[in-house]
Amino acid sequence: MTTEELKNLKANQTVDARGTACPGPLLAAKKAVGDIESGEILEILSSDEGTKHDIPKWCEKMEHEFLGIVEEDSYSRLFLKKA
Amino acid sequence: MDMEFEKQLEELKKKVGKLEKGRKDKMTLVVFSGELDKLMAAMIIATGATAMDMEVKLFFTFWATAALRDPKKSVKGKTFMSKMFGFMLPKGAKKVKLSNMNMGGMGKAMLEGLMKKKGVKSLPELFQAAGELGVEINVCEMSMDLMGFKKEELIDYPKLNICGVGTFLSDAEESKIQLFI
Repeated sequence: MTTEELKNLKANQTVDARGTACPGPLLAAKKAVGDIESGEILEILSSDEGTKHDIPKWCEKMEHEFLGIVEEDSYSRLFLKKA
Repeated sequence: MDMEFEKQLEELKKKVGKLEKGRKDKMTLVVFSGELDKLMAAMIIATGATAMDMEVKLFFTFWATAALRDPKKSVKGKTFMSKMFGFMLPKGAKKVKLSNMNMGGMGKAMLEGLMKKKGVKSLPELFQAAGELGVEINVCEMSMDLMGFKKEELIDYPKLNICGVGTFLSDAEESKIQLFI
């Protein structure tokens, strides 16, 4: 997805993991993905650099579709579609 | 012809059975070190692995067992040597030292300050998270015995067992990942 498309995307749930370090955002994402239905979209907010690599790898393992990243000033927004 | 086919089928069944019993989405860690940095590494990998949907089993042995002691609990009936060991070794996760740059606790205090600032979970918090995520902790009976630690003085942790090397080996055999920290 392009950045524009991602910015217009309506997430079914947003989890704010800003201010937590590894493995905080990953654990927050694991918890939040359990609360949504298959095909729904989860947005993860993270200020941790490593999360940008961790979440796509995690999605690959869990077979969720990783949609992309939108960079904000001091954090990133990561999007995925639940498998 | 039919006999031959049946024989092959039997062999295949055996092989599939073995494969099914083989390495699963499971991780086993030997946690040997009793130092803050190394215990942190073990607990971060362990909690992270649960997010990757892996079943995680930790085998706490030797120096690491001291980190599982609950500072609020005390037990009676220890021998002189056990008492000495108990006194010399850290009592619980809060008391463990850094493997490098501990500087009489100053380095540790500085690191803990940084960890707080950067949102890194403390070691006791990591133990709590691991417990909630279902990480299993198996404690080496021999180490407990050597150091004179008793089960009654360990932290209240949901999945904690006292066991031997056989448990670790059978878990490790089924695990995709095995680490020694």
